[in-house]
Amino acid sequence: MTQASDTQATRRRWLLLSPALLILLFAASGPLLIVVLYSFLTPGDYGGVVWKFSTDAWFNVVVERDFFDDTLSFSDAHLSIFWRSVKLSLMTTLVAFIVGFPTAYFIATRPKDKRDIWMLLIMIPFWTNLLIRTFAVMEIIRNEGVVNSLLIGLGIIDQPIQMLFTEFAITLGMFYVYLPLMVLPIYAAMERFDFSLVEAAYDLYASRWRVLRRVIFPIVKPGVIAGSILVFVPSLGAYVTPRVLGGGKQLMLGNLIELQFGQGRNWPLGAALSITLLAIVMVALIVYVRAAGREEMSHG
Amino acid sequence: MIEISGLSKTFGLGANAFTALDDINVEIRQNEFFTLLGPSGCGKTTLLRSIAGFVDPTSGSLTIEGQDVLPLPPYARPVNTVFQNYALFPHMTVAQNIGFGLEMQDRPKAEIKQVVGEMLELVQMAPMADRMTSQISGGQQQRVALARALAPRPKVLLLDEPLSALDFKLRKEMQIELKRLQSETGITFVFVTHDQEEALTMSDRIAVMSSGRILQIGGPKDIYDHPAERFVADFIGDTNFLEATLQSVAGEVATVTLPSGKTVAARAVQGGGQSGAVTLAVRPEHAVLTKESGLLDGVLENIVYFGTDTHYHITLDGGSAFVVRKQNQPNTGEGFEVGDKVGVSFEAGVGQVLRD
Repeated sequence: MTQASDTQATRRRWLLLSPALLILLFAASGPLLIVVLYSFLTPGDYGGVVWKFSTDAWFNVVVERDFFDDTLSFSDAHLSIFWRSVKLSLMTTLVAFIVGFPTAYFIATRPKDKRDIWMLLIMIPFWTNLLIRTFAVMEIIRNEGVVNSLLIGLGIIDQPIQMLFTEFAITLGMFYVYLPLMVLPIYAAMERFDFSLVEAAYDLYASRWRVLRRVIFPIVKPGVIAGSILVFVPSLGAYVTPRVLGGGKQLMLGNLIELQFGQGRNWPLGAALSITLLAIVMVALIVYVRAAGREEMSHG
Repeated sequence: MIEISGLSKTFGLGANAFTALDDINVEIRQNEFFTLLGPSGCGKTTLLRSIAGFVDPTSGSLTIEGQDVLPLPPYARPVNTVFQNYALFPHMTVAQNIGFGLEMQDRPKAEIKQVVGEMLELVQMAPMADRMTSQISGGQQQRVALARALAPRPKVLLLDEPLSALDFKLRKEMQIELKRLQSETGITFVFVTHDQEEALTMSDRIAVMSSGRILQIGGPKDIYDHPAERFVADFIGDTNFLEATLQSVAGEVATVTLPSGKTVAARAVQGGGQSGAVTLAVRPEHAVLTKESGLLDGVLENIVYFGTDTHYHITLDGGSAFVVRKQNQPNTGEGFEVGDKVGVSFEAGVGQVLRD
């Protein structure tokens, strides 16, 4: 092949790649670079940034300067929000798995023509507006809501149980909102699962629990990993659900970031927090996927 | 060893009810290679799955070495199954697959390792021990499935058409291999197949099934030479059916009159109780063709050469068809030609009177 046609082939390859590259550049890398850049600038008085280099924002992510005497201390407020975000996201993922796995199993073991109807029932809430779904959860758990009215009406309790504006409320809301994201990939894995393997395991003296643990779970594990990531990542950055169900008292990372870009008028800090969120997600994913992979090695 | 009596299974309810097993009675002996033979849908797999515990019979009893196993779940029964599609665990290696049953029985690690080693040797898969099951051929998967089912030393090994996915040559090899494994391990094999040749070559005894019932149980030669019913005669090998009239029965010997008016001795149906019009079955290779008039007379319609033997298709006087099979010998010009008037004869006791 000649030099010229070689170059031509290369050029054609770049041309074919260009749509993907453009999207990567303008929709992913570009905005991300702007956020990184902003995190190293100085906040403007009325929001925005002043083009002056500063590392204050990164400093302020974990440390706070006392307003009066300039002494430094760990930013308890920020750290507790980080911790709460990670904790509630893990809880959400766990609960979604505990409910989602049997749900996916149930659907996958129905007759073929019935499965789509069950999946539709799972998917319908997902097509509803997020705010509406969140307010629906609110309506159920608020002090004058369905649950409390019922319990008081039955004479089980005298005073309503405070469920709204608690961490429980946020976890419940996120679980409800993200459950389909757990069910779908597990169902997809289970639908391909060969259930004659279950019979083979039963036949080879495995009890029901061991069949689940040693045969079904390892084979559908890629679906579980995908579902966990799909639930954990948006939970960590959730904004609407903690805002509505946490009532502004139980902030999560998403709310903290919004606060800095809004009322806080500290765009660099908001940018730095965003990058921190991204970092937490990436570290969590790496740890999770590694751990999942290692378990596979030891079990075979 | 395995005693099954009055076993029935009905799927569905009311008008949709389907009887898969209809009053099955059979006793399978220790160390026996027992085959359930029948066309698809005859209930043979349902019967096998009832023994394994995957099907809950509607009524009847099933005991293994005197123990009633019907209340037991599959994992508590002393039987293992080789599945039609092998059902090997795709996330485990060959060795882990073979060791799975022992592991589930919580045997000591050292014992598992030793037994897995023995099993790998037995099925000649030792070099493949650490391969994943997706990395081995169909025949090798078959061996692994066998080893996995044999490793826990079950009292009974159930085999659900295990050879049907293999090509012809491999199937022949595995037939011999299975026979060898059965005699080496001394385990009772219950084998399900729809392949009559497979059943005849491998089995100690065969149960021929149709429509959820066992029609006949017997050794391969017994089943082939003396089919009790038209279905059995038809399903196993080729058969000529003759309409005949029963004259008398004395023990096992029945005297029948053929359509040609000639009389011959044949084997009577067990239990007897027949009279008048009966059907007589004669295997094509048990009859001889003559140029002179025989027990039956007819016209030679067609000659089909098969290499090892030749099939002569005859239309008998009266219109019914008859086939004679003759083994080919070197340098024998029989001199039969299409259109010749020929006679067909068979010896006394060769024909079998069929149950109505």
